[in-house]
Amino acid sequence: MKILVLISNVPDTTTKIRFTGDNKAFDTTGVQWIINPWDELALTRAMELKEAGGVEKISVANVGTKITEPTLRKALAVGADDAIRIDAEPLDAYFVAKQLAEVAKDYDLIMAGIEASDYNGASVGGMLAEILGINSVSAVSGVDIENGELKIHRDIDGGSQVLSVPTPLVVIVQKGIAIDPRIPAMRGIMMARKKPLKVVEPVEAEPRIEFLSYELPAPKAACKMVDEDNAKELIRLLHEEAKVL
Amino acid sequence: MSVLVYTENWAGKFKKLTHEIVSFAAAIAKEMGSSVTALSIGHVADDELKTLGQYGANKVLNVQDDRFESLDNKALADAVAKAAEKEGAKVIIFAHNNEGKAIAPRVAVKLNAGLVSGVTGLPVSVDPFVVRKKVFTGKAFANVQINTDVKVITFAQNSYEVVENPTEVTIEVFDPQIGDDEFSTKVLDTHKITGKVLLTDAEIVVSGGRGMKGPENWGGLEELGELLGAGMACSRPVSDEGWRSHEEHVGQTGKIIAPNLYMAFGISGAIQHLGGISSSKYIVAVNKDPEAPIFEAADYGIVGDAFKVIPQLIEAVKELKANK
Repeated sequence: MKILVLISNVPDTTTKIRFTGDNKAFDTTGVQWIINPWDELALTRAMELKEAGGVEKISVANVGTKITEPTLRKALAVGADDAIRIDAEPLDAYFVAKQLAEVAKDYDLIMAGIEASDYNGASVGGMLAEILGINSVSAVSGVDIENGELKIHRDIDGGSQVLSVPTPLVVIVQKGIAIDPRIPAMRGIMMARKKPLKVVEPVEAEPRIEFLSYELPAPKAACKMVDEDNAKELIRLLHEEAKVL
Repeated sequence: MSVLVYTENWAGKFKKLTHEIVSFAAAIAKEMGSSVTALSIGHVADDELKTLGQYGANKVLNVQDDRFESLDNKALADAVAKAAEKEGAKVIIFAHNNEGKAIAPRVAVKLNAGLVSGVTGLPVSVDPFVVRKKVFTGKAFANVQINTDVKVITFAQNSYEVVENPTEVTIEVFDPQIGDDEFSTKVLDTHKITGKVLLTDAEIVVSGGRGMKGPENWGGLEELGELLGAGMACSRPVSDEGWRSHEEHVGQTGKIIAPNLYMAFGISGAIQHLGGISSSKYIVAVNKDPEAPIFEAADYGIVGDAFKVIPQLIEAVKELKANK
Protein backbone atom coordinates (compact mmCIF):
# COMPACT_ATOMS: atom_id res chain seq x y z
CA MET A 1 0.00 0.00 0.00
CA LYS A 2 1.25 3.47 -0.91
CA ILE A 3 0.25 6.40 1.28
CA LEU A 4 0.23 10.08 0.38
CA VAL A 5 -0.04 12.59 3.24
CA LEU A 6 -1.18 16.09 2.29
CA ILE A 7 0.84 18.73 4.09
CA SER A 8 -0.32 22.28 4.61
CA ASN A 9 2.28 24.88 5.58
CA VAL A 10 0.71 27.09 8.27
CA PRO A 11 1.83 29.74 10.76
CA ASP A 12 2.84 28.41 14.16
CA THR A 13 -0.35 28.11 16.26
CA THR A 14 0.89 30.76 18.72
CA THR A 15 1.44 33.38 15.97
CA LYS A 16 -0.02 36.81 16.62
CA ILE A 17 -2.13 37.47 13.55
CA ARG A 18 -1.60 40.77 11.68
CA PHE A 19 -2.57 42.05 8.26
CA THR A 20 -1.02 44.44 5.77
CA GLY A 21 -2.17 46.80 3.02
CA ASP A 22 -5.59 47.97 4.29
CA ASN A 23 -6.18 44.55 5.83
CA LYS A 24 -6.08 42.90 2.44
CA ALA A 25 -3.31 40.36 3.10
CA PHE A 26 -1.87 38.28 5.94
CA ASP A 27 1.37 39.77 7.26
CA THR A 28 3.97 36.99 7.10
CA THR A 29 6.75 39.07 8.67
CA GLY A 30 8.55 37.05 11.32
CA VAL A 31 6.10 34.13 11.03
CA GLN A 32 7.37 30.70 12.00
CA TRP A 33 5.94 28.05 9.63
CA ILE A 34 4.96 24.58 10.74
CA ILE A 35 3.23 21.45 9.44
CA ASN A 36 -0.53 21.90 9.96
CA PRO A 37 -1.20 20.12 13.32
CA TRP A 38 -3.75 17.64 11.89
CA ASP A 39 -1.53 16.82 8.91
CA GLU A 40 1.27 16.15 11.37
CA LEU A 41 -0.92 13.65 13.21
CA ALA A 42 -1.85 12.03 9.86
CA LEU A 43 1.85 11.66 9.05
CA THR A 44 2.49 10.16 12.48
CA ARG A 45 -0.21 7.53 11.94
CA ALA A 46 1.13 6.79 8.45
CA MET A 47 4.58 6.17 10.00
CA GLU A 48 3.08 3.83 12.61
CA LEU A 49 1.32 1.86 9.86
CA LYS A 50 4.54 1.59 7.90
CA GLU A 51 6.42 0.34 10.96
CA ALA A 52 3.73 -2.30 11.51
CA GLY A 53 4.35 -3.58 7.94
CA GLY A 54 2.12 -3.47 4.89
CA VAL A 55 3.03 0.03 3.74
CA GLU A 56 5.45 0.25 0.89
CA LYS A 57 6.00 3.99 0.74
CA ILE A 58 4.89 7.25 2.32
CA SER A 59 5.01 10.43 0.27
CA VAL A 60 4.06 13.94 1.35
CA ALA A 61 2.73 16.64 -0.95
CA ASN A 62 2.19 20.34 -0.65
CA VAL A 63 1.09 23.19 -2.91
CA GLY A 64 3.34 26.13 -2.21
CA THR A 65 6.26 28.29 -3.18
CA LYS A 66 9.84 27.69 -2.07
CA ILE A 67 9.07 28.96 1.45
CA THR A 68 7.25 25.69 2.23
CA GLU A 69 10.34 23.54 1.66
CA PRO A 70 11.57 23.56 5.28
CA THR A 71 8.13 22.21 6.28
CA LEU A 72 8.41 19.41 3.71
CA ARG A 73 11.97 18.68 4.88
CA LYS A 74 10.62 18.34 8.39
CA ALA A 75 8.08 15.77 7.13
CA LEU A 76 10.96 13.89 5.49
CA ALA A 77 12.94 14.09 8.74
CA VAL A 78 9.98 12.58 10.58
CA GLY A 79 10.15 9.65 8.17
CA ALA A 80 8.32 10.22 4.88
CA ASP A 81 10.16 8.59 1.96
CA ASP A 82 9.80 11.40 -0.52
CA ALA A 83 8.15 14.78 -0.96
CA ILE A 84 6.41 16.57 -3.80
CA ARG A 85 6.02 20.34 -3.93
CA ILE A 86 3.69 21.79 -6.52
CA ASP A 87 5.24 25.14 -7.22
CA ALA A 88 2.36 27.59 -6.88
CA GLU A 89 0.80 30.06 -4.50
CA PRO A 90 -2.22 28.21 -3.01
CA LEU A 91 -5.07 30.43 -4.26
CA ASP A 92 -8.08 28.61 -2.82
CA ALA A 93 -9.06 25.08 -1.75
CA TYR A 94 -10.27 24.11 -5.23
CA PHE A 95 -7.03 25.29 -6.83
CA VAL A 96 -5.04 23.29 -4.27
CA ALA A 97 -7.17 20.14 -4.66
CA LYS A 98 -6.86 20.34 -8.45
CA GLN A 99 -3.05 20.48 -8.17
CA LEU A 100 -2.91 17.61 -5.68
CA ALA A 101 -5.14 15.45 -7.90
CA GLU A 102 -2.33 15.44 -10.47
CA VAL A 103 0.09 13.77 -8.06
CA ALA A 104 -2.35 11.70 -5.95
CA LYS A 105 -3.48 9.27 -8.65
CA ASP A 106 -0.90 6.60 -7.89
CA TYR A 107 -1.64 6.20 -4.20
CA ASP A 108 -3.94 3.76 -2.42
CA LEU A 109 -4.52 5.85 0.67
CA ILE A 110 -4.46 9.63 0.84
CA MET A 111 -4.47 11.18 4.31
CA ALA A 112 -5.46 14.79 4.94
CA GLY A 113 -5.96 16.77 8.14
CA ILE A 114 -9.56 17.76 8.84
CA GLU A 115 -8.71 21.42 8.30
CA ALA A 116 -5.75 23.76 8.09
CA SER A 117 -5.24 26.06 11.05
CA ASP A 118 -4.90 29.17 8.85
CA TYR A 119 -7.94 29.38 6.57
CA ASN A 120 -9.95 26.66 8.34
CA GLY A 121 -11.47 25.59 5.04
CA ALA A 122 -11.92 21.88 5.81
CA SER A 123 -12.32 21.39 2.06
CA VAL A 124 -9.20 20.14 0.28
CA GLY A 125 -9.52 16.43 1.18
CA GLY A 126 -13.16 16.15 0.09
CA MET A 127 -12.57 18.15 -3.09
CA LEU A 128 -9.57 16.04 -4.00
CA ALA A 129 -11.57 12.81 -3.57
CA GLU A 130 -14.34 14.16 -5.77
CA ILE A 131 -11.91 15.27 -8.49
CA LEU A 132 -10.34 11.81 -8.44
CA GLY A 133 -13.77 10.16 -8.39
CA ILE A 134 -12.92 8.10 -5.31
CA ASN A 135 -14.53 7.85 -1.89
CA SER A 136 -13.63 9.82 1.23
CA VAL A 137 -14.28 9.37 4.93
CA SER A 138 -14.25 12.35 7.25
CA ALA A 139 -13.82 12.82 11.03
CA VAL A 140 -11.52 9.81 11.05
CA SER A 141 -10.00 8.98 14.43
CA GLY A 142 -8.41 5.65 13.55
CA VAL A 143 -6.90 3.87 10.55
CA ASP A 144 -5.72 0.27 10.63
CA ILE A 145 -4.62 -2.14 7.95
CA GLU A 146 -5.86 -5.70 8.42
CA ASN A 147 -5.00 -8.34 5.81
CA GLY A 148 -4.26 -5.60 3.30
CA GLU A 149 -7.65 -3.94 3.89
CA LEU A 150 -8.41 -0.67 5.59
CA LYS A 151 -10.37 -0.47 8.81
CA ILE A 152 -11.47 3.07 9.50
CA HIS A 153 -12.81 4.50 12.75
CA ARG A 154 -14.82 7.65 12.40
CA ASP A 155 -16.77 9.88 14.78
CA ILE A 156 -20.49 10.29 14.21
CA ASP A 157 -23.07 12.19 16.25
CA GLY A 158 -22.88 10.84 19.76
CA GLY A 159 -20.59 7.95 18.98
CA SER A 160 -18.24 6.26 16.59
CA GLN A 161 -18.22 3.68 13.81
CA VAL A 162 -15.86 1.13 12.37
CA LEU A 163 -15.94 1.02 8.58
CA SER A 164 -14.51 -0.95 5.76
CA VAL A 165 -14.00 1.12 2.60
CA PRO A 166 -12.05 -0.08 -0.42
CA THR A 167 -9.01 1.74 -1.72
CA PRO A 168 -8.20 4.11 -3.30
CA LEU A 169 -9.55 6.29 -0.53
CA VAL A 170 -9.10 9.73 1.03
CA VAL A 171 -9.28 9.76 4.81
CA ILE A 172 -9.74 13.11 6.50
CA VAL A 173 -8.32 12.77 9.96
CA GLN A 174 -8.83 14.50 13.26
CA LYS A 175 -7.68 14.25 16.84
CA GLY A 176 -7.30 10.68 18.05
CA ILE A 177 -5.66 9.38 14.87
CA ALA A 178 -2.32 9.59 16.69
CA ILE A 179 -1.40 10.79 20.16
CA ASP A 180 1.77 12.84 19.86
CA PRO A 181 3.28 14.12 16.65
CA ARG A 182 6.76 12.76 15.94
CA ILE A 183 9.74 14.96 16.59
CA PRO A 184 12.49 14.41 14.02
CA ALA A 185 15.63 12.84 15.48
CA MET A 186 19.10 14.02 14.41
CA ARG A 187 19.50 10.93 12.21
CA GLY A 188 16.19 11.73 10.50
CA ILE A 189 17.26 15.32 9.89
CA MET A 190 20.52 14.15 8.30
CA MET A 191 18.73 11.56 6.15
CA ALA A 192 16.06 14.07 5.10
CA ARG A 193 18.69 16.06 3.22
CA LYS A 194 19.29 13.14 0.90
CA LYS A 195 15.66 12.19 0.35
CA PRO A 196 14.01 13.26 -2.92
CA LEU A 197 11.98 16.48 -2.89
CA LYS A 198 10.44 16.78 -6.31
CA VAL A 199 9.19 20.15 -7.55
CA VAL A 200 6.43 19.99 -10.15
CA GLU A 201 4.80 22.70 -12.23
CA PRO A 202 1.17 23.59 -11.47
CA VAL A 203 -1.70 22.86 -13.82
CA GLU A 204 -4.21 25.43 -15.01
CA ALA A 205 -7.05 25.94 -12.46
CA GLU A 206 -9.22 28.98 -11.81
CA PRO A 207 -9.77 29.77 -8.14
CA ARG A 208 -13.45 30.03 -7.29
CA ILE A 209 -13.34 32.20 -4.22
CA GLU A 210 -11.44 35.33 -3.36
CA PHE A 211 -10.38 36.65 0.05
CA LEU A 212 -11.25 40.35 -0.08
CA SER A 213 -10.27 41.62 3.36
CA TYR A 214 -9.58 40.66 6.95
CA GLU A 215 -10.60 42.02 10.34
CA LEU A 216 -9.46 41.34 13.86
CA PRO A 217 -12.24 40.60 16.36
CA ALA A 218 -13.47 43.50 18.48
CA PRO A 219 -11.74 43.62 21.87
CA LYS A 220 -13.69 41.86 24.57
CA ALA A 221 -15.20 43.69 27.54
CA ALA A 222 -13.41 43.05 30.83
CA CYS A 223 -14.29 39.84 32.65
CA LYS A 224 -16.78 40.38 35.48
CA MET A 225 -15.32 38.84 38.62
CA VAL A 226 -17.26 36.99 41.31
CA ASP A 227 -15.88 36.18 44.74
CA GLU A 228 -14.78 32.59 45.38
CA ASP A 229 -16.80 32.45 48.61
CA ASN A 230 -19.92 33.75 46.93
CA ALA A 231 -19.88 31.54 43.84
CA LYS A 232 -23.70 31.34 43.90
CA GLU A 233 -23.70 34.91 42.64
CA LEU A 234 -22.36 33.55 39.34
CA ILE A 235 -25.51 31.50 38.78
CA ARG A 236 -27.65 34.58 39.50
CA LEU A 237 -25.67 36.61 36.91
CA LEU A 238 -25.93 33.86 34.31
CA HIS A 239 -29.67 33.65 34.94
CA GLU A 240 -30.62 37.32 35.24
CA GLU A 241 -27.94 39.20 33.31
CA ALA A 242 -26.64 36.86 30.58
CA LYS A 243 -29.96 34.97 30.47
CA VAL A 244 -28.30 31.71 29.52
CA LEU A 245 -29.69 29.66 32.41
CA MET B 1 -34.18 28.97 -8.57
CA SER B 2 -33.86 28.20 -4.89
CA VAL B 3 -31.70 28.02 -1.83
CA LEU B 4 -31.11 24.38 -0.89
CA VAL B 5 -30.56 23.33 2.71
CA TYR B 6 -29.04 20.01 3.75
CA THR B 7 -30.92 19.03 6.92
CA GLU B 8 -29.81 16.71 9.70
CA ASN B 9 -31.99 14.74 12.04
CA TRP B 10 -31.30 12.88 15.23
CA ALA B 11 -33.48 9.78 15.61
CA GLY B 12 -36.10 11.21 13.26
CA LYS B 13 -36.26 14.70 14.81
CA PHE B 14 -34.61 17.68 13.18
CA LYS B 15 -31.75 19.21 15.14
CA LYS B 16 -31.97 22.79 16.38
CA LEU B 17 -29.07 23.43 14.01
CA THR B 18 -31.33 22.53 11.09
CA HIS B 19 -33.91 25.06 12.30
CA GLU B 20 -31.13 27.65 12.45
CA ILE B 21 -29.99 26.87 8.90
CA VAL B 22 -33.51 26.91 7.47
CA SER B 23 -34.11 30.32 9.15
CA PHE B 24 -30.78 31.54 7.76
CA ALA B 25 -31.62 30.21 4.28
CA ALA B 26 -35.03 31.91 4.37
CA ALA B 27 -33.34 35.26 5.03
CA ILE B 28 -30.91 34.73 2.12
CA ALA B 29 -33.73 33.56 -0.18
CA LYS B 30 -35.71 36.70 0.65
CA GLU B 31 -32.74 38.86 -0.26
CA MET B 32 -32.27 36.97 -3.54
CA GLY B 33 -35.95 36.75 -4.39
CA SER B 34 -35.94 32.94 -4.37
CA SER B 35 -37.41 30.10 -2.33
CA VAL B 36 -36.09 27.57 0.19
CA THR B 37 -35.94 23.84 -0.44
CA ALA B 38 -34.86 21.55 2.39
CA LEU B 39 -33.40 18.15 1.59
CA SER B 40 -34.07 15.43 4.14
CA ILE B 41 -32.25 12.12 3.80
CA GLY B 42 -33.36 9.50 6.29
CA HIS B 43 -36.44 8.36 8.11
CA VAL B 44 -38.33 11.45 9.16
CA ALA B 45 -42.11 11.38 9.49
CA ASP B 46 -44.19 13.73 7.32
CA ASP B 47 -45.40 15.69 10.37
CA GLU B 48 -41.82 16.41 11.35
CA LEU B 49 -40.89 17.31 7.74
CA LYS B 50 -43.72 19.83 7.74
CA THR B 51 -42.29 21.61 10.79
CA LEU B 52 -39.57 23.04 8.53
CA GLY B 53 -42.28 25.27 7.07
CA GLN B 54 -42.35 27.01 10.47
CA TYR B 55 -38.89 28.40 9.74
CA GLY B 56 -39.46 29.39 6.13
CA ALA B 57 -38.99 26.24 4.00
CA ASN B 58 -41.24 26.26 0.92
CA LYS B 59 -40.53 22.70 -0.11
CA VAL B 60 -39.04 19.58 1.46
CA LEU B 61 -37.46 16.88 -0.69
CA ASN B 62 -37.81 13.63 1.19
CA VAL B 63 -35.31 10.89 0.38
CA GLN B 64 -35.97 7.57 2.08
CA ASP B 65 -33.36 5.05 1.12
CA ASP B 66 -31.76 2.78 3.71
CA ARG B 67 -28.52 2.64 1.78
CA PHE B 68 -27.72 6.20 2.92
CA GLU B 69 -27.52 4.99 6.52
CA SER B 70 -23.88 4.11 5.92
CA LEU B 71 -23.24 7.87 5.48
CA ASP B 72 -21.29 7.20 2.31
CA ASN B 73 -19.80 10.56 1.31
CA LYS B 74 -19.65 9.84 -2.38
CA ALA B 75 -23.29 8.74 -2.59
CA LEU B 76 -24.54 11.53 -0.30
CA ALA B 77 -22.74 14.18 -2.35
CA ASP B 78 -24.27 12.73 -5.48
CA ALA B 79 -27.77 12.87 -3.97
CA VAL B 80 -27.34 16.50 -2.84
CA ALA B 81 -25.96 17.57 -6.22
CA LYS B 82 -28.90 15.92 -7.98
CA ALA B 83 -31.37 17.67 -5.69
CA ALA B 84 -29.59 20.98 -6.34
CA GLU B 85 -29.76 20.47 -10.10
CA LYS B 86 -33.41 19.50 -9.96
CA GLU B 87 -34.26 22.63 -7.95
CA GLY B 88 -31.95 24.93 -9.90
CA ALA B 89 -30.36 25.85 -6.56
CA LYS B 90 -27.98 28.80 -6.65
CA VAL B 91 -26.97 28.54 -2.99
CA ILE B 92 -26.52 25.27 -1.12
CA ILE B 93 -26.12 25.37 2.64
CA PHE B 94 -24.69 22.73 4.98
CA ALA B 95 -23.87 22.83 8.67
CA HIS B 96 -20.21 23.31 9.48
CA ASN B 97 -20.00 20.01 11.34
CA ASN B 98 -18.75 16.48 10.60
CA GLU B 99 -21.45 15.76 8.04
CA GLY B 100 -21.34 19.16 6.32
CA LYS B 101 -17.55 19.23 6.16
CA ALA B 102 -17.59 15.73 4.65
CA ILE B 103 -20.13 16.38 1.88
CA ALA B 104 -19.98 20.09 0.98
CA PRO B 105 -16.52 20.05 -0.70
CA ARG B 106 -17.58 17.14 -2.92
CA VAL B 107 -20.84 18.86 -3.86
CA ALA B 108 -18.93 22.05 -4.69
CA VAL B 109 -16.70 20.14 -7.13
CA LYS B 110 -19.70 18.37 -8.72
CA LEU B 111 -21.55 21.64 -9.32
CA ASN B 112 -18.49 23.73 -10.33
CA ALA B 113 -19.30 25.89 -7.32
CA GLY B 114 -17.12 27.98 -5.05
CA LEU B 115 -17.22 26.91 -1.39
CA VAL B 116 -16.80 28.98 1.74
CA SER B 117 -16.91 27.04 4.98
CA GLY B 118 -17.70 28.18 8.48
CA VAL B 119 -19.77 31.21 7.46
CA THR B 120 -20.65 33.27 10.53
CA GLY B 121 -23.67 35.33 9.49
CA LEU B 122 -25.85 36.55 6.66
CA PRO B 123 -23.99 37.46 3.45
CA VAL B 124 -22.39 40.90 3.45
CA SER B 125 -23.90 41.16 -0.03
CA VAL B 126 -25.65 38.68 -2.33
CA ASP B 127 -24.50 40.26 -5.62
CA PRO B 128 -21.55 39.86 -5.63
CA PHE B 129 -21.91 37.06 -3.09
CA VAL B 130 -19.69 37.96 -0.14
CA VAL B 131 -19.72 36.16 3.20
CA ARG B 132 -17.79 36.46 6.43
CA LYS B 133 -15.93 33.60 8.05
CA LYS B 134 -13.45 33.03 10.83
CA VAL B 135 -9.84 32.42 9.92
CA PHE B 136 -6.72 31.58 11.90
CA THR B 137 -8.91 29.52 14.22
CA GLY B 138 -10.95 32.41 15.46
CA LYS B 139 -8.13 34.92 15.70
CA ALA B 140 -9.49 36.92 12.74
CA PHE B 141 -12.37 37.23 10.27
CA ALA B 142 -12.24 37.29 6.49
CA ASN B 143 -14.68 38.63 3.90
CA VAL B 144 -14.76 36.14 1.06
CA GLN B 145 -16.35 36.49 -2.37
CA ILE B 146 -17.65 33.48 -4.29
CA ASN B 147 -17.18 34.00 -8.01
CA THR B 148 -19.18 31.09 -9.40
CA ASP B 149 -22.81 30.92 -10.48
CA VAL B 150 -23.63 28.27 -7.86
CA LYS B 151 -22.41 28.87 -4.31
CA VAL B 152 -21.86 26.33 -1.53
CA ILE B 153 -21.46 27.40 2.08
CA THR B 154 -21.19 25.65 5.41
CA PHE B 155 -22.83 27.49 8.26
CA ALA B 156 -21.16 27.84 11.66
CA GLN B 157 -23.49 26.83 14.47
CA ASN B 158 -25.04 29.65 16.55
CA SER B 159 -24.46 32.18 13.77
CA TYR B 160 -28.12 32.94 13.23
CA GLU B 161 -31.17 32.89 15.46
CA VAL B 162 -33.98 30.42 14.90
CA VAL B 163 -36.70 32.60 13.37
CA GLU B 164 -40.36 31.59 13.22
CA ASN B 165 -41.51 32.36 9.70
CA PRO B 166 -44.54 30.15 8.94
CA THR B 167 -44.67 29.27 5.25
CA GLU B 168 -46.84 27.01 3.13
CA VAL B 169 -44.69 23.92 2.70
CA THR B 170 -44.98 21.04 0.24
CA ILE B 171 -43.44 17.64 0.82
CA GLU B 172 -42.14 15.82 -2.22
CA VAL B 173 -40.71 12.32 -2.34
CA PHE B 174 -37.39 12.41 -4.15
CA ASP B 175 -35.38 9.52 -5.51
CA PRO B 176 -31.93 10.68 -6.63
CA GLN B 177 -31.40 7.32 -8.38
CA ILE B 178 -27.98 6.43 -7.10
CA GLY B 179 -26.56 3.13 -8.32
CA ASP B 180 -25.43 0.47 -5.85
CA ASP B 181 -21.84 0.87 -7.03
CA GLU B 182 -21.79 4.39 -5.57
CA PHE B 183 -22.06 2.98 -2.06
CA SER B 184 -18.72 1.57 -1.01
CA THR B 185 -18.75 2.43 2.71
CA LYS B 186 -19.53 -0.65 4.77
CA VAL B 187 -20.34 -0.11 8.44
CA LEU B 188 -18.86 -2.95 10.51
CA ASP B 189 -19.75 -1.63 13.94
CA THR B 190 -21.53 1.35 15.48
CA HIS B 191 -20.99 2.52 19.01
CA LYS B 192 -23.45 5.12 20.33
CA ILE B 193 -23.25 6.84 23.64
CA THR B 194 -26.81 7.16 24.80
CA GLY B 195 -28.30 9.51 27.33
CA LYS B 196 -25.57 12.10 26.87
CA VAL B 197 -25.83 15.55 25.38
CA LEU B 198 -23.96 15.86 22.08
CA LEU B 199 -21.00 18.12 22.72
CA THR B 200 -21.15 19.85 19.35
CA ASP B 201 -24.90 20.48 19.69
CA ALA B 202 -24.93 21.41 23.38
CA GLU B 203 -26.15 24.86 24.40
CA ILE B 204 -24.23 24.66 27.65
CA VAL B 205 -20.82 23.01 27.98
CA VAL B 206 -19.05 22.22 31.26
CA SER B 207 -15.34 21.65 30.84
CA GLY B 208 -12.40 20.65 33.01
CA GLY B 209 -8.66 21.10 32.70
CA ARG B 210 -5.47 20.05 34.41
CA GLY B 211 -6.58 21.98 37.49
CA MET B 212 -9.04 19.15 38.16
CA LYS B 213 -5.93 17.17 39.22
CA GLY B 214 -7.09 13.69 38.16
CA PRO B 215 -9.79 11.60 36.49
CA GLU B 216 -11.28 10.69 39.87
CA ASN B 217 -12.32 14.30 40.53
CA TRP B 218 -14.87 14.68 37.77
CA GLY B 219 -17.92 13.74 39.88
CA GLY B 220 -18.82 17.33 40.79
CA LEU B 221 -18.43 18.56 37.23
CA GLU B 222 -20.59 15.74 35.94
CA GLU B 223 -23.26 16.51 38.51
CA LEU B 224 -23.22 20.18 37.51
CA GLY B 225 -23.28 19.22 33.84
CA GLU B 226 -26.25 16.93 34.34
CA LEU B 227 -28.19 19.57 36.28
CA LEU B 228 -27.60 22.06 33.48
CA GLY B 229 -28.29 19.57 30.68
CA ALA B 230 -24.79 20.34 29.47
CA GLY B 231 -22.29 18.58 27.25
CA MET B 232 -19.02 17.58 28.94
CA ALA B 233 -15.67 18.76 27.59
CA CYS B 234 -12.02 18.94 28.56
CA SER B 235 -8.74 20.57 27.60
CA ARG B 236 -5.98 18.88 25.64
CA PRO B 237 -3.72 17.77 28.55
CA VAL B 238 -6.71 16.05 30.13
CA SER B 239 -7.47 13.97 27.02
CA ASP B 240 -3.76 13.34 26.37
CA GLU B 241 -3.38 12.02 29.93
CA GLY B 242 -6.37 9.77 29.30
CA TRP B 243 -8.38 11.27 32.17
CA ARG B 244 -11.23 11.84 29.70
CA SER B 245 -11.96 10.55 26.19
CA HIS B 246 -10.48 12.44 23.24
CA GLU B 247 -14.07 12.93 22.07
CA GLU B 248 -14.40 15.54 24.83
CA HIS B 249 -11.29 17.50 23.88
CA VAL B 250 -12.17 21.01 22.72
CA GLY B 251 -9.57 23.30 21.22
CA GLN B 252 -7.74 23.98 18.03
CA THR B 253 -6.85 20.33 17.45
CA GLY B 254 -9.95 18.95 19.14
CA LYS B 255 -13.57 19.91 18.70
CA ILE B 256 -14.54 23.47 17.89
CA ILE B 257 -17.72 24.40 19.69
CA ALA B 258 -20.09 27.36 19.89
CA PRO B 259 -22.46 26.91 22.83
CA ASN B 260 -24.42 29.70 24.53
CA LEU B 261 -22.46 29.09 27.71
CA TYR B 262 -19.00 27.55 28.16
CA MET B 263 -17.85 26.94 31.74
CA ALA B 264 -14.14 26.23 32.14
CA PHE B 265 -12.86 24.81 35.43
CA GLY B 266 -9.14 24.59 36.06
CA ILE B 267 -8.30 25.50 32.46
CA SER B 268 -5.61 28.12 32.04
CA GLY B 269 -6.67 28.94 28.47
CA ALA B 270 -3.77 28.26 26.12
CA ILE B 271 -4.27 30.01 22.80
CA GLN B 272 -5.03 26.65 21.14
CA HIS B 273 -7.80 26.00 23.67
CA LEU B 274 -9.31 29.45 23.16
CA GLY B 275 -9.33 28.79 19.41
CA GLY B 276 -11.84 26.01 20.00
CA ILE B 277 -14.20 27.92 22.29
CA SER B 278 -14.02 31.55 21.16
CA SER B 279 -17.38 31.32 19.38
CA SER B 280 -19.19 30.62 22.66
CA LYS B 281 -21.71 33.32 23.50
CA TYR B 282 -20.64 33.50 27.16
CA ILE B 283 -17.50 32.10 28.73
CA VAL B 284 -17.14 31.47 32.46
CA ALA B 285 -13.70 30.78 33.92
CA VAL B 286 -12.83 29.36 37.31
CA ASN B 287 -9.10 29.22 37.96
CA LYS B 288 -6.74 29.64 40.89
CA ASP B 289 -4.30 31.75 38.88
CA PRO B 290 -5.55 35.33 38.44
CA GLU B 291 -3.08 35.74 35.55
CA ALA B 292 -4.48 32.76 33.59
CA PRO B 293 -5.17 33.83 29.97
CA ILE B 294 -8.67 32.31 30.13
CA PHE B 295 -9.80 35.41 32.07
CA GLU B 296 -9.05 37.57 29.03
CA ALA B 297 -11.51 35.53 26.98
CA ALA B 298 -14.07 35.09 29.77
CA ASP B 299 -17.19 37.16 30.45
CA TYR B 300 -17.49 36.00 34.06
CA GLY B 301 -14.72 34.72 36.25
CA ILE B 302 -13.88 33.41 39.67
CA VAL B 303 -10.31 33.36 40.93
CA GLY B 304 -10.46 30.35 43.16
CA ASP B 305 -10.38 26.65 43.73
CA ALA B 306 -12.69 24.68 41.45
CA PHE B 307 -13.30 22.14 44.22
CA LYS B 308 -14.62 24.90 46.46
CA VAL B 309 -16.65 26.60 43.75
CA ILE B 310 -18.35 23.60 42.08
CA PRO B 311 -20.43 22.50 45.13
CA GLN B 312 -21.70 26.07 45.57
CA LEU B 313 -22.71 26.19 41.90
CA ILE B 314 -24.49 22.85 42.16
CA GLU B 315 -26.46 24.11 45.13
CA ALA B 316 -27.31 27.40 43.39
CA VAL B 317 -28.50 25.63 40.24
CA LYS B 318 -30.69 23.33 42.35
CA GLU B 319 -32.20 26.40 44.04
CA LEU B 320 -32.73 28.11 40.71
CA LYS B 321 -34.50 25.06 39.35
CA ALA B 322 -36.65 24.73 42.44
CA ASN B 323 -37.81 28.34 42.09
CA LYS B 324 -38.58 28.14 38.38
